[in-house]
Amino acid sequence: MTALDQPILADAVEAPPDTPDGLFTRIRRSRRIRFSFAVLMLILLSSLLTMPLTLRSDHPWGYNNQYALPVRVGPSFSASALWCGSDTLGRSLIGRCLLGGAASLAIGLAAAVISMTLGVAVGLVAGYRGGWIDALLMRIVDILYGLPYLLLVILFKIAFEKPLSLLVRSESAANFIVLFIAIGIVSWLTMARVVRGQVLFLRSLPFIEACKAAGLGQWRIFTRHLLPNLVGPIVVYATLIVPSAILQESFLSFLGIGIQPPLPTWGSLAADGLSPALNPIVSHWWMLVLPCTLLAVTLLALNFLGDGLSDLFDPKAEAAKI
Amino acid sequence: MIRVIAFRLLQFPLVLAVIYLTTFMLVWVVPGSPFGRAERKLDPIAEQAMKERFHADSWKSFLAYYPIQVITKGDFGRSMQYQEWSVTDIIKVSLPVSVTLGIFALTIGTIFGVMIGTLAAVNRGGLFDWLSLTIALIGISIPSFVVAALLLATFTGRFGLFPIGGCGGFREMVLPAVALSLAPLAYIARLTRISMLDVLGSDFVRTARAKGLSRFTVIWKHCLRNAFLPVLSYLGPAAAATFVGSFVVETVFSIPGLGQHFVNSVKNRDQTLILGTVMIYSVFLLTFNLLVDIAYSFVDPRIDITAKSSS
Repeated sequence: MTALDQPILADAVEAPPDTPDGLFTRIRRSRRIRFSFAVLMLILLSSLLTMPLTLRSDHPWGYNNQYALPVRVGPSFSASALWCGSDTLGRSLIGRCLLGGAASLAIGLAAAVISMTLGVAVGLVAGYRGGWIDALLMRIVDILYGLPYLLLVILFKIAFEKPLSLLVRSESAANFIVLFIAIGIVSWLTMARVVRGQVLFLRSLPFIEACKAAGLGQWRIFTRHLLPNLVGPIVVYATLIVPSAILQESFLSFLGIGIQPPLPTWGSLAADGLSPALNPIVSHWWMLVLPCTLLAVTLLALNFLGDGLSDLFDPKAEAAKI
Repeated sequence: MIRVIAFRLLQFPLVLAVIYLTTFMLVWVVPGSPFGRAERKLDPIAEQAMKERFHADSWKSFLAYYPIQVITKGDFGRSMQYQEWSVTDIIKVSLPVSVTLGIFALTIGTIFGVMIGTLAAVNRGGLFDWLSLTIALIGISIPSFVVAALLLATFTGRFGLFPIGGCGGFREMVLPAVALSLAPLAYIARLTRISMLDVLGSDFVRTARAKGLSRFTVIWKHCLRNAFLPVLSYLGPAAAATFVGSFVVETVFSIPGLGQHFVNSVKNRDQTLILGTVMIYSVFLLTFNLLVDIAYSFVDPRIDITAKSSS
């Protein structure tokens, strides 16, 4: 579509896409990105800002304030703690869901950060240096792919949970940190492969050769010329790693080796709510529906954010209609 | 071509040996014994005798016994948890169930995933694009144990369409296969959509349309073949993961597949069974990755896997 096809007014208001800040303009203009970002921020902020309430043990919203409310009451507007009903131990479900959100999102973000540092570093080095370093690193990645993920997690937990709980003087904090790292450790593999593939492709392009010919140092080529071209795939995969890490934690909760109760995550809340909700005589549906809805909405928003960003970074995004 | 395949096949034993040894190391580093449990402590003498019977009194005797058995007889020894069973028998009984289910699930996932992805790409930005991807993504945005349980509760209790559990017949397989297919379906739909968008923008598509071919022919005959490559490379690892079964689906639908052993063997510290299941999975993974590489050259004859790979 050429500029002539657009209405003159719109052309005057919107910046043409080729200006230097075109990327941010396009991000702001993409409805999908804007919407999913807003949803994510809403969920993140509401679970973070209510943490002073939900962590307290004497407040009705407290995550472990047992029998503060009558047990298994459906959602009602009679009290703020009952907006989403109460669970089998008379705890406010809204408080538990909010704190569970903070925990789940923290796990997802930790996995994303680990894979963005470790995965990107390994991928960059493997792709750029090539040769035996590349072969060695990629075989390590291959072997880690083949190893039983659960064994790694359990091993990690057993090896580090005890010493860490002595160090930070809190068992639940140690459990939390170890699970962070255990999930992060296994989620950087895909990132390493993606970054390596991209670096291999970029390295073959003439502009890197030109950099070398101009006498730029390796570090400079790395940081100034390779990394900016990698930002797209890295950001896209990071947004996709967050949902998969959150789901992995829910699987671990289902097995009983995730975050230890009474600390909630969305995954453990869904696992706990499954049998009350599917009770054939009286269905306590809210215990399942609420955490699942929050989980699904968050993961959908993250996936849409990733898709939207990958459309943006893709040079061929403006595909022709046929 | 044949030389490449032969070379890759020659690498197999080496990679498998490394995976075996690494898993073995992990298995021995993890604390906890397969025999004595916290709640059911064995007498030390009995435990010692048990360990000797399983060649597990020290890592040296383990390593001296089992790898040779595996290489010469293909025998992984007895399971340390289910002591009447040998690991090979456990795999022989449960693997066919998982593979049947996996093939079923992967077929559903591929067919519907490619269809949804293609239609979404063609209607880019339209209602169908948005709707189909949302539905596909909901499948992976809810934990699989919830989806499986909901499918089970809805279609067996409420409507009585399918039997509650068991395996063997076609009707028993439908629900677990659907539950298992959701994740691959969503991934394939997204991969297809993205690569389809790429292909739709290329010049040969415009040429094909300009010379008068119908939209349908262009999309299904010309574009899909090119857009299928990323899906193909996803299908390798996905097939390996699906064919060895899923713990969640097997637990919810009570299916005697191999997937449950991946989790239970680790939980029980059943060292021989862990090694057996990991090796089966690795063999699947390596084989499917090789098959995918071979299939590349059939889908796109320009790809030459005999050339020194650069990606």
